[in-house]
Amino acid sequence: MLAGIFTIFMFQLVGEAIQKYFGLSIPGPVIGLVLMLIALLASKHRTHRPIAGLRDNLITVAETLLGHLSLLFVPIGVGVILHLHLLETQLLRVLGVIIFGTIATMIFTAFIFSAFGSTEND
Amino acid sequence: MTEQARLYEVWVYLQAEPLFWLTLTIGAYLVADKLYQSSGLFPLLNPVALSIVFVSLCLTGFGVEYERYFNGAKFIHFLLGPATVALAIPIYQRWDTVLRAKSAILISISLGAVIAITITYLLAMMVGLDEVTTKSLLPRNVTAPIAMGISEIIGGIPSLTAIVTVVTGIIGAAVGSFVLDMARVKNMAARGFAFGLASHGIGTARALAKNRQAGVFAAVAMGLSGIVTAMLIPFGFYLLSDVF
Repeated sequence: MLAGIFTIFMFQLVGEAIQKYFGLSIPGPVIGLVLMLIALLASKHRTHRPIAGLRDNLITVAETLLGHLSLLFVPIGVGVILHLHLLETQLLRVLGVIIFGTIATMIFTAFIFSAFGSTEND
Repeated sequence: MTEQARLYEVWVYLQAEPLFWLTLTIGAYLVADKLYQSSGLFPLLNPVALSIVFVSLCLTGFGVEYERYFNGAKFIHFLLGPATVALAIPIYQRWDTVLRAKSAILISISLGAVIAITITYLLAMMVGLDEVTTKSLLPRNVTAPIAMGISEIIGGIPSLTAIVTVVTGIIGAAVGSFVLDMARVKNMAARGFAFGLASHGIGTARALAKNRQAGVFAAVAMGLSGIVTAMLIPFGFYLLSDVF
């Protein structure tokens, strides 16, 4: 468990460092995500102990963290009470944007995927 | 000292400590999640939405400032960064699916992400939302930890982004099947993909509950669109800042 936590922290740390060093506007943790994905894919075929063990360890930690992912947005979500004035006047419009935006995005995405997905059904 | 005064003293002591707010947050979430599970995953009983409402009511009711609450709850908040990195795992585990449909996925992710942002932007302009609200809404279709990171970078309000992201997920999960039936989309992969891209984790959970293949494609779309959107939105702002 500990090795998995260390690895995830390490990738986040590197991601944050890269973001600051190059002044990138991609969130540091997202850079960490991409780097860890690359590392995982690059070591995919290594089945011997240290790498395979760490990979299993990582999967356990990730499943624990992601299993309760939604709990993690509660503290910042509660912060909306500081910004209620924004919603007081715009609530219905914000809801409208979300509802129509979500429906339109779903339909477009499904159409695009169907159009390009049907060509490689093997 | 009266009984009441002593109780008050205990409360004054406890509410200054992180433990109280951590316990309240986790407790609220556990109860909300129980309700959600026992309702058969009814979208409107979303556990995040319920917990946020409950904790907010507690704070307002007890007259506690948000800063004090967050000072305790920040230990939970801290885990958002590591959880974002951990999103690499579900993508890695589904990499065979990504490779099998790589051109469809590549095209749909890039176009889908651009379309999602553009639609939100245009609708926000149409109804005349103010700038900071619009910025907070832009990344609303991707998973909340990434959406909040993007919002912070472009000058939105991460708290507001958290709320609108959760609401987006709830709406997508609630109306997705009906909308895709109306649009006559029958391909399970395409349906799942649309759920994941338009309504991230909450939509993905819904897709997975309906159909296994749809669930796999939803998870792939959610993970990859998070990455692509995190690159696209700041880049878009950079391009536009040259124009104005």
